[in-house]
Amino acid sequence: PSTRVARPLLHGYFRSSCSWRVRIAFALKGIDYDQVPVNLIKDGGQQLTDQYKELNPMQQVPAVTIDGVTLSQSLAIIQYIEETRPGPALLPADPQKRAKVRMICDLIASGIQPLQNLYVLQKIGEDKVSWAQHFIIRGFVALESLLKETAGKYCVGDEISMADICLAPQVYNAERFKVDVDQFPTIKRLNQTLLALEAFSTSHPSCQPDTPADLRA
Amino acid sequence: MAKPLLHGYFRSSCSWRVRIAFALKGIDYDQVPVNLIKDGGQQLTDQYKELNPMQQVPAVTIDGVTLSQSLAIIQYIEETRPGPALLPADPQKRAKVRMICDLIASGIQPLQNLYVLQKIGEDKVSWAQHFIIRGFVALESLLKETAGKYCVGDEISMADICLAPQVYNAERFKVDVDQFPTIKRLNQTLLALEAFSTSHPSCQPDTPADLRA
Repeated sequence: PSTRVARPLLHGYFRSSCSWRVRIAFALKGIDYDQVPVNLIKDGGQQLTDQYKELNPMQQVPAVTIDGVTLSQSLAIIQYIEETRPGPALLPADPQKRAKVRMICDLIASGIQPLQNLYVLQKIGEDKVSWAQHFIIRGFVALESLLKETAGKYCVGDEISMADICLAPQVYNAERFKVDVDQFPTIKRLNQTLLALEAFSTSHPSCQPDTPADLRA
Repeated sequence: MAKPLLHGYFRSSCSWRVRIAFALKGIDYDQVPVNLIKDGGQQLTDQYKELNPMQQVPAVTIDGVTLSQSLAIIQYIEETRPGPALLPADPQKRAKVRMICDLIASGIQPLQNLYVLQKIGEDKVSWAQHFIIRGFVALESLLKETAGKYCVGDEISMADICLAPQVYNAERFKVDVDQFPTIKRLNQTLLALEAFSTSHPSCQPDTPADLRA
């Protein structure tokens, strides 16, 4: 009898941009996976349970159990998937293009998202919306400038990459905070291209197992 | 072939990560100091904006291209230069290294960098301490599982490159690192290495006299 390998298990939240990045990566690679929703609001935040802490001591989503190991940090997870699964490459072959992809990913994943995630906004309190808008706009001004140089059909040239995987969820966050993305034409154009792809639409926050009824597409 | 050129600041932990990587690989490079405080912050000039539109350090000009984001720079160096590997060969170990790097580079440092602390204002020290401690509690837990002589097993990696500069930041904000014994032990091991001591903030071209080792 053959050994059945368990499908990857994603602990995430429908609206978490970092969780969405991982969902996009699985979809691009054609990998079936299971989801365990972690509701960041309910019960004071299910990511704060001792049980979830075992999976990710940082008490954030996503966490993915795959090949017998549990990983956190969306970009580490995605690069693991890239290095262990075949299918469309999520990074270009050329080292300078790879560096540009990573630069864009890190601008988003270190320079924008952590400054507007739930934990930080809860600490900021009243001014949370203008705080989030500030950091998103600041990051998008820089990102627009970079993308004008690097983008072809996708963020870096004409091949989809981890940069695109990071971009669309960050634009979704921008829209949630009422940032006018029209002022960033390259970002806007790229995002429209991406949302039309199946991997981005099937993984979209509006149609996940834990999407609330009033937010379903 | 021109030497790589690092635009950085002596005390910027992200700049120090890149200096460590160059040192581990035995790569000579030039430095252009970008003083984050002087003149309202030299990273805010139009000139610097051309190098890095995010107006942060580090930025590195190498092989005819200018890159920003320290981990993107370091992985580029890793992929184009020989010498000790900065990432393990095994994909699961690589993932653990990246997980540790990202916990620091996305989960801690951006919440306590100069720009954010300037926006926080008066409460900046307790804000910085909060995020460093929160991150170190998680990191200590991870490292207890992954660490051997270094952060992941017994080979030095990008995780170590990220760790020492973050401990330096923790100490600057008077976080008691003794409460994190694995972090403390690893940091002591790393600071004894030449690549970490020659690149240390206390002995850079732009280190002020009163902070020189």
